Amino acid sequence: MTRVGTVALNTFREAVRDRVLYNLVFFALVMMAAAILVGQISVNIEQIVIVTLGLSAISIIGLLISLFIGVGLVSKEIDKRTLYALLAKPLRRWEFILGKFAGLSLTLAVNTVAMSAGLFLALFYVKHSIERADTAVLVAVYFILLKLALVVALAMLFSCFTTPLLAILFTAGLYIAGLFVHEMRNMQPNTIDPALGGFLRGISYVLPNFENFDVMGAAAHGRVISGMLIAQNTVYAALYCAIVLAVAMAIFSQRNLK
Amino acid sequence: MAGIDLFGVYRKNESMAEPAIDIENLTKDYPHGFLQLRKRRSLESLTMQVQVGEVFGFLGPNGAGKSTTIKLLMRLIFPTAGSARILGKPISDIEMHRDIGYLPEQPYFYDYLTAAEVLDYFARFHDFAAAERRERVQRMLKKVGLESAGRIQLRKYSKGMLQRVGLAQAILHDPAVVVLDEPMSGLDPVGRREVRDIILELKKQGKTVLFSTHILSDAEMLCDRVGVIVGGKLQGVGAPSELVGLKAQGMEILFELPAGGESGDLLAQATRTGDRYRLQVEESGLYAAMQRLQAAGAKILSVAQVKPSLEEYFMHLMAADRAQAAAVEERAK
Repeated sequence: MTRVGTVALNTFREAVRDRVLYNLVFFALVMMAAAILVGQISVNIEQIVIVTLGLSAISIIGLLISLFIGVGLVSKEIDKRTLYALLAKPLRRWEFILGKFAGLSLTLAVNTVAMSAGLFLALFYVKHSIERADTAVLVAVYFILLKLALVVALAMLFSCFTTPLLAILFTAGLYIAGLFVHEMRNMQPNTIDPALGGFLRGISYVLPNFENFDVMGAAAHGRVISGMLIAQNTVYAALYCAIVLAVAMAIFSQRNLK
Repeated sequence: MAGIDLFGVYRKNESMAEPAIDIENLTKDYPHGFLQLRKRRSLESLTMQVQVGEVFGFLGPNGAGKSTTIKLLMRLIFPTAGSARILGKPISDIEMHRDIGYLPEQPYFYDYLTAAEVLDYFARFHDFAAAERRERVQRMLKKVGLESAGRIQLRKYSKGMLQRVGLAQAILHDPAVVVLDEPMSGLDPVGRREVRDIILELKKQGKTVLFSTHILSDAEMLCDRVGVIVGGKLQGVGAPSELVGLKAQGMEILFELPAGGESGDLLAQATRTGDRYRLQVEESGLYAAMQRLQAAGAKILSVAQVKPSLEEYFMHLMAADRAQAAAVEERAK
């Protein structure tokens, strides 16, 4: 596990030195502008606007980082041949994959926590208080992190056997499809061919269910998010990530480097 | 005794101690074509051993299979057939990597790190304590002449400097076996000299060194034995002198010809350097040539066997391989 940690810390250091965290400046500017604007128009929708905008920004920025850096985690090391010297050390290939995943997840966690702090500052600025109901925002942020970890795992899986461009397309495609899992399962029989409906229902159970991670509406309205959903999403993300990473490790362990 | 047979193939000797590197029938096919269904053989049934404490040069032109062999040993690629052991352990054993150092061809490292950070990163995989890591990193930077550049990010390094970093990370953990893929590549004469000195120092320490190169003078200067690979096939293994000695190219007579001396057509074949002449003849025709020279009044200064250089041997093998490939192509038509 020390070796996994070594790879993870180096991945985090790479992200920091490659100025990935500079996106925080952009986020800070968006939140400041939104807070000032909402503070002026004040029609009792401050919380909804700030939370929705903040969570959307956290999600979109996180998705971009997970997708583009996630795909490059393995492919860049192969293309630049930095992996050659590394794999000649006593480091197993699965440890490398796990370390890379942990490193980018750590980067995303730091990034997301920093953005969440900005979101709460903006919320405090417009409401002049933070209430107990605002913990729903924290849960929403946690769900975003789970979602991002899943995207990183998928991006790594695809980058283990295909080109970076295709890996981005496949991951983005799965993400978008995963947002419509509920619709796929509940197609009305009279609106679709039964065979196609059965097929869609079948793959909806295989696709990553990203819909479950979206609690932005509840968080914006200060509604309580059940402990059951938190537990369910945590277990789901952990299991799904474990399966995807296991497949990625199996593929990468057999891969001939150029 | 180990030896070279008629075809230059190294014979494994049962009585020898376990070799540092033991390769048996290693074969590698690469898929190619649009559907990747066709196979191109990059390495064919390679069998050879590198003994403990030996400096072994792996020679061959570009694309001959040198890097393929080394990548197979490092498990960067996987063999189609065959097996290999390093220090008695199969190459699939991850613990084997504690005792080997590897310099990739044209190494490239994380350019956002400094040389000291890269070495520290690699040292962590060998479980050194922090103080020992720092000491080793400083020692290695000094050894490869990067002491003053150790705090500069690698993105600002030249190719030669990266090569030195590569060498430093390969020997950082004091491995018993060091595998260097084209270690002189990209280095200026001073850098090449330094790498040569490091290889000789490793030999003095009793390390086993396998390095690939297409610079024959380096191999002749450093290696106890060399293996020549052309077209994915091992063509010969042995001491550089033994290898080329197999194909001695006759005898050379060095002589002076006094004024008015006449040696007829032999003089036309000789090469003149100042007052002296060099004449190359077949071994069987040596006696007759000497008699004719003496009859012509020539003063014979020396007679020596002409041994082709490793370069000539190398070129000969390549020409033979090309001729074979052309013949196969012709038959295919």
